[in-house]
Amino acid sequence: MSMLAVRDLAVARGGMRVAEGISFTLDPGKALILRGPNGIGKTTLLRTIAGLQPPAAGQIETTPDSLAYAAHADGLKSALSVAENLRFWASIFGAQGIDAALSALDLTGLADRPAGTLSAGQKRRLGLARLLVTGRLVWLLDEPTVSLDADAVALFGQVIRAHLRTGGAALIASHIDLGLPEAEMLDLTPHRAAPRGANAVPAGFNEAFG
Amino acid sequence: MRALLIRDLRLATRAGGGFGLGLAFFLILCTLVPFGVGPDAAMLSPIAPGILWVGALLSCLLSLDRIFALDHEDGSLDLLATAPIPLEAVVAVKAAAHWLTTGLPLTLAAPIFALLLHLPGAATGDLVLSLLIGTPALSLLGAFGAALTVGLRRGGLLLSLLVLPLYVPTLIFGAEIVRRGAIGADAASPLALLAGITLLSAALIPFAAAAALRINLR
Repeated sequence: MSMLAVRDLAVARGGMRVAEGISFTLDPGKALILRGPNGIGKTTLLRTIAGLQPPAAGQIETTPDSLAYAAHADGLKSALSVAENLRFWASIFGAQGIDAALSALDLTGLADRPAGTLSAGQKRRLGLARLLVTGRLVWLLDEPTVSLDADAVALFGQVIRAHLRTGGAALIASHIDLGLPEAEMLDLTPHRAAPRGANAVPAGFNEAFG
Repeated sequence: MRALLIRDLRLATRAGGGFGLGLAFFLILCTLVPFGVGPDAAMLSPIAPGILWVGALLSCLLSLDRIFALDHEDGSLDLLATAPIPLEAVVAVKAAAHWLTTGLPLTLAAPIFALLLHLPGAATGDLVLSLLIGTPALSLLGAFGAALTVGLRRGGLLLSLLVLPLYVPTLIFGAEIVRRGAIGADAASPLALLAGITLLSAALIPFAAAAALRINLR
């Protein structure tokens, strides 16, 4: 039983199809890495699967409340401390403690610091710690290693691997090697949407009411 | 949901959160009006209900764009939209947090500011009651405008233009309650209409604003 099945999916950004004909399944314990040049639709695909925008065509099958999405932006409040930020998401997702998530991403020593004073890499780690408190099984990660140093990337690789061992799955858009040789790759380049001539204009107003 | 309310209240009261901005604006307005029109009680008393309500309304307007714009900028709105609480509840909670940090302080401070404008003492109770009933509608209608303009840079101006016409009925009935209180007339019918506006906003706006947010997040 796969945790996420995508069939013949087409995704659109600003009313224009960017990628189409995407099909894959994600089984427990598996990671799938999305590759492809800028603008091919990796972020759009992740946002579509996360339910933030409707697919242009095709189906997405998933168990309800099984997805956790981590975007480019970490959603941190700079006026709140690291622990307060994390505790907020923990209570939104109904999780109990945050200590395990803090120590998994080596943030325990920073727990009382305001998030606004963290470095870019520390903020990213806090954003990733949020995934652990969601308790969700399928992680949708958009460039998770941006601004992480080599040690933090290795730490993140361990977190992903631990998640996969406990029956989770991950769909990751990334350009760099995450140290996950067991992960499958999906290159979106062949799925680039064919130009549609005169129809290839942004739908704009009509899209909102379509 | 309680966690979201607590977070928003905490953010508003921390440094840079904007708590007190509306209150300070209200104070400035009520201090300046007597300088502008003259300190004569015979001049100020009749216009005091209107000034107080316009002041409360503009103070609310000041902080409206913060309801969703900050969460949109730092990405939390995307994450909230994929969280297990419905977006309608997010809207309702954020509107409630806005009211608790602007409408409620304005309501509580209004009797003091009313003194500056020579509002007849008999109308003080009506002023507090009308603001208590009316300001939640201001926060809710504002949340709808904020949801419509959330993706726009410099959306504040458009937000004000969208929201101001929606604020007019609230202003008319709110000020009318206080005016009737000042002359000792019965204020039951504007009170009922104002309560109706607030209840209707509370019932409909979470759905409308959530729909607007979903389109803006695409």
